[in-house]
Amino acid sequence: MDSMTAIAVVSIIIAGITTSFGTMGPALAEGRAVAKALTALAQQPDASATITRTLFVGLAMIESTAIYCFVISMILIFANPFWNHIIAPAAGK
Amino acid sequence: MHLSPDEIIYWQQGFFKLNATIVMTWGVMFLLVVGSMLITWNLSRELKRSRWQNLLEIIVTGILKQIEEVGLDQPKKYIYFLGTLFLFVAVASLCTVIPGYEPPTGSLSTTTALALCVFVAVPFFGIEVQGIANYLKAYAQPHFFMLPFNIISELSRTLALAVRLFGNMMSGSMIVAILLTITPFVFPIVMTALGLLTGMVQAYIFSILAAVYIAAATRVRKPPPAVAEKKQIPSIGNKRSSHG
Repeated sequence: MDSMTAIAVVSIIIAGITTSFGTMGPALAEGRAVAKALTALAQQPDASATITRTLFVGLAMIESTAIYCFVISMILIFANPFWNHIIAPAAGK
Repeated sequence: MHLSPDEIIYWQQGFFKLNATIVMTWGVMFLLVVGSMLITWNLSRELKRSRWQNLLEIIVTGILKQIEEVGLDQPKKYIYFLGTLFLFVAVASLCTVIPGYEPPTGSLSTTTALALCVFVAVPFFGIEVQGIANYLKAYAQPHFFMLPFNIISELSRTLALAVRLFGNMMSGSMIVAILLTITPFVFPIVMTALGLLTGMVQAYIFSILAAVYIAAATRVRKPPPAVAEKKQIPSIGNKRSSHG
């Protein structure tokens, strides 16, 4: 296995692992947040505007961690910085 | 398959490139500016008014109400900035129903520019309301020890704003592109409909977060306790949401 194949294999595997583990935590966290918000809504329907707005902002905060992982896996697949490291010397030959 | 609309280049002359991001941004700007100019051409103050004027009034009063609920006292002062952010991001993602359109917010350059606007606007409004000394004092607020952490949070939330919007928009078009290659045509349509919802939510979140940051920067400090005790005002209006 030459270094190019190794980089490809490692990048793809790590991209999959990054997205899967990176979505696991936010999924659990968002589930908890929505469950708590629904409880709060059931107890205090008058405060629904505040609860919903805070919930949305909080969900965005939680979700951004998953988005970071997704962006990193996209970079690994489509714009891998290590490719250039290998390809540039190979093209120069 | 491409990662962002930056890679579609229509015209290139030396250093200057005209890529899809710029063209689509111009398109959205044109749509917003010309659309609102046409609608506000002859506004009526009577009860009988055009349906487009009703639409714009609903949007503007809705944005004003949202800004006020976040805790900014004079929403009319901030609607120029926050409303523009919301409308641009919302229209940019709503236009994905047009074939051949790529959302300009799916490029990291656009979202970084928007986040930098927020990064500049927060100290601008903060200094305008509190004065430069009070604003700078807020960085060392709980204790002087917290100064570096406050500065880091200022930078990291700008990065988070940019990457969050970029990631959501890019993932939307990326998922549609992947599904197009492996599934029947029905599923990409469903994901596009979901992408419309995500786009609206992201536009809402982007502008609400900017409003929350500005509200945190323009918050006028409580009066010293000696004055406050004498008046004994029950503090009802303390419904400010915490800043992220």
